[in-house]
Amino acid sequence: MTSERQLVVLAVNGTEHELLLEPRQILSDVLRHELGLTGTHVGCEHGVCGACTVLVDGEPVRSCLVFAVQAEDAEVRTVESLGEGAELTDLQQAFRAHHGLQCGFCTAGFLMLAEGFLLQEPDAGRDEVREAVSANLCRCTGYQNIVDAVADTAARRRGSPGSSTQEAAP
Amino acid sequence: MSGEPARDARFDGGRGRWVGASVPRREDPRLLSGRGRFVDDVHLTGMLHAGFVRATVAHAHLTGVDLEATRAVPGVVAAFDAADLDLGDVVALLDRPPEEFTPTTMPVLARDKIRFVGEPVAVVVARDPYAVEDGIEATVVSTDPLPAVVSEQTALAADAPAVHDEAPGNVLLDVTMFDTPGVDEAFAAAAADGIVVDLVTHSARQNALPLETRGVVAAWDDHDDQLHVQICTQVPHQVRTVIAHSMRVPERTVRVTVPDMGGGFGQKCVVGREEIAVAALARRLDAPVKWIEDRREALTAGFLAREQRYRSRAAFDTDGHITALDVDIACDMGAYSCYPFTAGIEPLMAAAEMPSVYRVPAYRVRARALTTNKAPSAPYRGVSRPQYVLAIERVMEHAARLLDLDPVEIRRRNVITEFPWTGINAVTYDPGSYLESLELAETIMRDEGWTALRERALGEGRFVGIGYCCFSERTGYGSEAFAKRKMQVVPGFDISEIRMDTTGAVVVTSGTMNHGQSHETTLAQIVAEKLGIDIAQVKLRQGDTERIAYGWGTFASRSATIGGSAVSLAAGRLGELLCRIAAHLLETRPENVALDGEGGVVQLDDPTQRISFADIADVAYLRAHLLPKEVEPTLSATASFDVPGDGTFSNATHAAVVELDPGTGRVEFLRYACVEDCGVVIHPQVVEGQARGGIAQGIAGALYEQVTYADNGEPSAASFIDYLVPTATEVPDISVDHLETPCATTENGAKGAGEGGTIGAPATVLNAVNDALRHTGVELDDTPVHPQTVLAALDDAATSREEATA
Amino acid sequence: MKPATFRYHRAHDVADAIGMLGELDAAGEDPKLVAGGQSLVPMMNFRLARPSVLIDLGPLRRFPAMTGIGHDDDGALTLGALTTHRVVETSRAELGPGFGVICRAMRWVGHLPIRSRGTVGGSLVHGDATAEWCLLAVLLDAVIIAEGPDSTREIPAAEMFHGFYATAVGPDEVVVAIRFTRPSPRAALTEFARRHGDFALVDTAVSLEGDPARSNGSGPHLAGGRVVLGGIAPTPVRVPEAEEVLAGGVPGPALFADAAAAAAEAIDPPEDPAATARYRRRLTRTLVTRALTEAWGHGDDR
Repeated sequence: MTSERQLVVLAVNGTEHELLLEPRQILSDVLRHELGLTGTHVGCEHGVCGACTVLVDGEPVRSCLVFAVQAEDAEVRTVESLGEGAELTDLQQAFRAHHGLQCGFCTAGFLMLAEGFLLQEPDAGRDEVREAVSANLCRCTGYQNIVDAVADTAARRRGSPGSSTQEAAP
Repeated sequence: MSGEPARDARFDGGRGRWVGASVPRREDPRLLSGRGRFVDDVHLTGMLHAGFVRATVAHAHLTGVDLEATRAVPGVVAAFDAADLDLGDVVALLDRPPEEFTPTTMPVLARDKIRFVGEPVAVVVARDPYAVEDGIEATVVSTDPLPAVVSEQTALAADAPAVHDEAPGNVLLDVTMFDTPGVDEAFAAAAADGIVVDLVTHSARQNALPLETRGVVAAWDDHDDQLHVQICTQVPHQVRTVIAHSMRVPERTVRVTVPDMGGGFGQKCVVGREEIAVAALARRLDAPVKWIEDRREALTAGFLAREQRYRSRAAFDTDGHITALDVDIACDMGAYSCYPFTAGIEPLMAAAEMPSVYRVPAYRVRARALTTNKAPSAPYRGVSRPQYVLAIERVMEHAARLLDLDPVEIRRRNVITEFPWTGINAVTYDPGSYLESLELAETIMRDEGWTALRERALGEGRFVGIGYCCFSERTGYGSEAFAKRKMQVVPGFDISEIRMDTTGAVVVTSGTMNHGQSHETTLAQIVAEKLGIDIAQVKLRQGDTERIAYGWGTFASRSATIGGSAVSLAAGRLGELLCRIAAHLLETRPENVALDGEGGVVQLDDPTQRISFADIADVAYLRAHLLPKEVEPTLSATASFDVPGDGTFSNATHAAVVELDPGTGRVEFLRYACVEDCGVVIHPQVVEGQARGGIAQGIAGALYEQVTYADNGEPSAASFIDYLVPTATEVPDISVDHLETPCATTENGAKGAGEGGTIGAPATVLNAVNDALRHTGVELDDTPVHPQTVLAALDDAATSREEATA
Repeated sequence: MKPATFRYHRAHDVADAIGMLGELDAAGEDPKLVAGGQSLVPMMNFRLARPSVLIDLGPLRRFPAMTGIGHDDDGALTLGALTTHRVVETSRAELGPGFGVICRAMRWVGHLPIRSRGTVGGSLVHGDATAEWCLLAVLLDAVIIAEGPDSTREIPAAEMFHGFYATAVGPDEVVVAIRFTRPSPRAALTEFARRHGDFALVDTAVSLEGDPARSNGSGPHLAGGRVVLGGIAPTPVRVPEAEEVLAGGVPGPALFADAAAAAAEAIDPPEDPAATARYRRRLTRTLVTRALTEAWGHGDDR
């Protein structure tokens, strides 16, 4: 028994979309397969890996743990909203400069996590960044370069570039 | 080889501009902006979705699959069981006698028997993935359960049920190798004057866990008279072979392409049964069909790896020199043999290379592949090397303790220092920096003060340990090396074709298959360097069986070594062709021109005479009447490369400092240092990234990840709640120092760099934990190390100390 | 991994939600409320939960009382049920000096994206025995305010948790607010999980009350303390044996170690693949010691 579809209005990346959806369709699926915004990836569908992280009303949220019908009054932002045209944002550039991605599958989730986190915590240092970054899984990088990229972006936005990996000392 | 034209300096435009530079990755802009194209991003008109009904019992006779209710579910289009689909089985073979290897087959869908929880029993096709799940739920599977085989003990028990009728003892491979003279004598001598170490090491079953699960989209194309299979695989040509075989169609009618891929780590270098079923469905239903593995399937029914047990006996003389090694290895390969590597992949690798970086004078090994009612195994980053390195490194540590030797010192006394070294295992090791890496790691530990901290810590009530691991890794297995393993399908070479267009830009193919390793950048660097053109002028093509004549894909750290050599050779040949045409156009002798490193050919005795590639290309294609008589139109070249002999060995030493929390048993990293040598580094940032990512996976194996099975064969980890993938708070920062011993046999001097991190980390971490526990008398030899085990060791030591002082 | 089918209603207000619960229940449906959905939706994706109707409380966020942070004259703190963990985490000043522990505890709740969506009320109704909110509720004598078709009930935390994921909230009730009645400046919550952000193997929330009358030249004394544990029983539990040790004692490492030992001794923790009973007992000793030490250190926070 499929449930009845209902009309849902979703505001994604500044555009309103009218969609006829089953209530059980999760937001990540709707973004990817109904709206064609395939930059958001799906890695676990139970809210642990964070590959599907998007901004909902400016906050980082697992889009696999939200039914699209629940997002009706919200403003959703996906990785496709970062940058203008081919121009990469400072955060994206920092990921590139620090080699913060290898296969790139988890990357959109980390970018949106970092974007949401830095909006809320612009003064975050490397330790806070590491804790925030621990929300998502990456299987390729070992995280160090992701932490560096986000911490570097935070520092640059504060006007003090150059924060990178610290050598441990006994 | 300097006489060969491709290595003639005149045809090498390299000025050191590209190779060795951390150029911005060319794949990044699309991946950073959500414009990558992964397999689940592919959407075809009229596309249907497939999903698999999976076994919920581990071992049973399959007595019935009722798909009537399934087919009645709204949205469901079709449902099939094994008999409906009637596909050929997947068969992976070794050329070994029956007493060594027992062939088994893997059906695409389970036919008469179920062999693990998660095994596909039927396939459901529906209009959307939600209806697929409804259909799966409506399916009724009837079984007649059998006792489950879930461990070495249950597999080898006298009355054990047989997972495969062909293998009544549940052993798929059983080899005894080397058995060189003097093993028993050395043990007898060591017993009298020396020491004998005898220990058992275990490593847990792990999931390689690419963040992108497996997936496939298949569609029949009438125009091409061909089934187009888009799939995330490391081995597109092998997928084509198996699909064609299983569907009983010519290979020409199957085209396999690979879009962007979200990791693989070995799990995707074997051919899965689901992708074969989906390909067949697309033909049968005459509609595009997509299957995307979900995480529960990936954790329970995907290919797993690493569950191994070693009993290692080693003899040492009183000076700490190893005199003999005698090892028994059992690898729990699960329910099926994987294509093309077979269930022999892990035990054969382990047996062949167990002596590692040490001068072992006498060696005997027995290695077995067991079959059990667990998800089958595939190669996973490092393939047995994390395990045999763990075993041999634990041997060194145990011996060092018995002999009261420093852990670095015992390694120093045994490590291979003369190259090429032909070991007792009949493998020839090309030059490396084994001792140098060990000593640099030791220097880092000492100069940064970690050695002093370790000494101080106990007195301060802290539990700090330093662990080392020195190892090498055969990379770039050529055909000769794989043939030694007696695989019936022998991988090894790579072919590259390069074409220059009328503007002087080139497209180069590679039979390797990027899935995160940065090939689009690094292989382009090699070509740009060779031809002396800007990297932006080079486009790499991979992962298309129509565009690449044949390829073995990417595994075993072969891409930079073998694939990189092939593109380099092809580029060199193109450079030679460009020079020949240029000499003709400049009206000089061919010996009097050379690539100029700036995208042109220069006349050696008169550098003012130069002609650009674009001008040469203009002639080659658009004014072919100007070409020299012996040159055909078009600017293209093809080259193949195979690594001769035993391949080339990368090496590294890792050193880690850990501190144990005496209240929880948690292992905290204070420092992790990697000193590695992968020959000539093409892209330092990429090599460091591979090392760090590999080490993170090794730490995962050392401390966190484990799939266990209940007695009934039920797997423990069906979600990320139970399968503990380390996050940024569990993985430390890692320093990477490079040593460079150029490889003599690859075109660029590079050795493989993809797997080393994963190989060295488990032993490093385990040795560090044991060092921190040295006051307790406890020695841990299994991974992962659970904090409750650590805490119990600390507590028991504290209790006995209290009792001693009471 | 896709949820089973269900129908979806957006609640206009609390009365609407209660009304729908009643009607659907009477019609033989299996309705379920969803707020942040951070526990429910994963279970639905695995089809471990399959309500026939989902009633979304999300629209109720527009009522300030549902997301507000307020203080009563008697010092109690009231949180609207739909307040997210993240709002609490970033509202240190609004929580006030007696409830700093709530703010500090939030960093243990999953990760930022979970905290951004998950709610106080949702967590309490889910009733996971290791959930930080469940421990805090018991520690700080929370009262869970549940509106039903006929009346509004005040459920004391001590009566809230009935067993494994089972609470006292009725099927026709909507939790609208939580009132924490016992300010505790000297309080702490700490936990252990193998990875940061995971469900705890064991967690503990503790508070200490100094005794001004006896805090003289011989140093401070405790009037009492409270020790709450999660992960060692189907519900969060107080440990009177440990609290007895604290009452009247001289705060310091020795007392805290004794109380922790008493806690570890008193419990009967489960044994499962994740951890042995011995290990949970041992973690209890460590965590209670550390939490008490931290709690005492917060004495000057007010």
